[in-house]
Amino acid sequence: MADKRATLDELVGELRSGMTVGIGGWGSRRKPMAAVRAILRSDVENLTVVSYGGPDVGLLCAAGKVARVVFGFVTLDSIPTDPHFRAARQAGSIEATEVDEGMFYLGLLAASQRIPFLPTRAGLGSDVLRVNPELRTVRSPYDDGEELVAMPALRLDAAIVHVNRADPAGSGQILGPDPFFDELFLGAADRRLVTTEAVVSTDELVGGGPLQTRCISRLLTDVVAETPHGAHFTACVPDYGRDEAFQKAYATSAGDPEAWAAFASRYLEVDEDGYQAAVSEGAP
Amino acid sequence: MNASTTDSPTRADVCVIACAEVFRGAGEVMASAFGTAPTLGARLARRTFEPDLVLTDGDAALMAGAPPLGTDPADLVLESHMPYRRVFDVVWSGRRSLIMMASQIDRYGNQNISAIGDWRRPTAQLVGVRGAPGNTVNHPTSYWVPNHSPRSFVAAVDVVSGVGYDRAAAAGAAATRFHHIDCVISNLGVFDFDTPGHAMRVRSIHPGVTIDDIVAATGFDLVIPDVIEETRHPTDEEMAVIAELDPKGTRRREVPA
Repeated sequence: MADKRATLDELVGELRSGMTVGIGGWGSRRKPMAAVRAILRSDVENLTVVSYGGPDVGLLCAAGKVARVVFGFVTLDSIPTDPHFRAARQAGSIEATEVDEGMFYLGLLAASQRIPFLPTRAGLGSDVLRVNPELRTVRSPYDDGEELVAMPALRLDAAIVHVNRADPAGSGQILGPDPFFDELFLGAADRRLVTTEAVVSTDELVGGGPLQTRCISRLLTDVVAETPHGAHFTACVPDYGRDEAFQKAYATSAGDPEAWAAFASRYLEVDEDGYQAAVSEGAP
Repeated sequence: MNASTTDSPTRADVCVIACAEVFRGAGEVMASAFGTAPTLGARLARRTFEPDLVLTDGDAALMAGAPPLGTDPADLVLESHMPYRRVFDVVWSGRRSLIMMASQIDRYGNQNISAIGDWRRPTAQLVGVRGAPGNTVNHPTSYWVPNHSPRSFVAAVDVVSGVGYDRAAAAGAAATRFHHIDCVISNLGVFDFDTPGHAMRVRSIHPGVTIDDIVAATGFDLVIPDVIEETRHPTDEEMAVIAELDPKGTRRREVPA
């Protein structure tokens, strides 16, 4: 059986400039942050980022890696908005595709089912149709004749998700209460990249929780990299909750160039081991 | 400690009552509420006149009962699994009643939580449209605006996130079929769209507020009925339930007296 294990740098090495990249998780929850930090250190740029957005979007915007964001929201959950995303939008330095978060789900579902669109009521009457003039409606071919939004497939060049456990063949286990849309991000992508708190044997995966926690099948994965504490500072329950103090420091420093330079120097201009060492030294 | 049970009702308590009334008659639907008064209102309704209402734990579950604010998550009884993907099944089936917040709300009930100014390069980027477009054309929706002012009650919102009556009508039958904006509750009063052209109307004003206060705080012409009612006060029983649900008086920080 294929062994899909790779290092974090090998996993991020799958990405190329100009790609459309989906990032799993939701807001400031179970984001593949180690992979995001590795992208910041890479020479990849000009990305279209597709995300139920959190600090993944903010960090990539701050580093100038983003050409376009496809989103329904960008939030840090306990802090309503991400300051770097806000700054990028207000400076006009990124393109935006803003859709209803249910339309976003249907876009991933359509892509994973290899169909061009899925119909939905969501979006009708709203400015989602005004700000995305490429969006079309479709009339039901049945007697009801309803005219609905045709949400186009959100096809991804690559997707990155972070799970609690995975085995070397790429079966993934999500131990928290919500699998979010990670399965669909992987289904919508050409290259399917999974980071995990720990790579364990299949037997350990089976012993780690009920069957429904093993919700990422190896049919959906190409590469697996172990990144302990790799969702930090976002929540990765039950392994750890959100690091609220760290997130606050992230958000606060964003407003002041000098403070942001200090934050970046300590946490972002180092490799992943350096990041985790700096985090373990205590509150920023 | 028991001050909140013996105090006479404050405006915050009246706001909780107005939010609870949104769920009257809703039956066995998922009640979602954002903000303190709406959260308390949903729980008050669940504990009193709307016992079949289904409340969420704010994470990925439906919870039994209506526990006080700040209850330790470990003490919640989670009766069903409700991850986000399943939430869309509920939203699109219509088995939901919702009170959302609004950074801007306009005369026909359009809501904005996306961006202030020109969407292409906003002066203030907000959280994003979230699920507001889909919510408003699928199930009853109301709004909670704790800071009623000409900046929040505007003639036309900058980015239509939640769909109002004029925009739903313009979009056609598929948009109006399940569309219903029930009301807007602010710190000053309750407003609805029960007018011939669905323009916003004063339904009731909160105690201590005058119609002049409301007119001055609103950036467009409201429909003002000849007789203006005062928003219903809580009963003694309801005051006791509110005090139990919010022992620390969080609601009075959201709406100062």
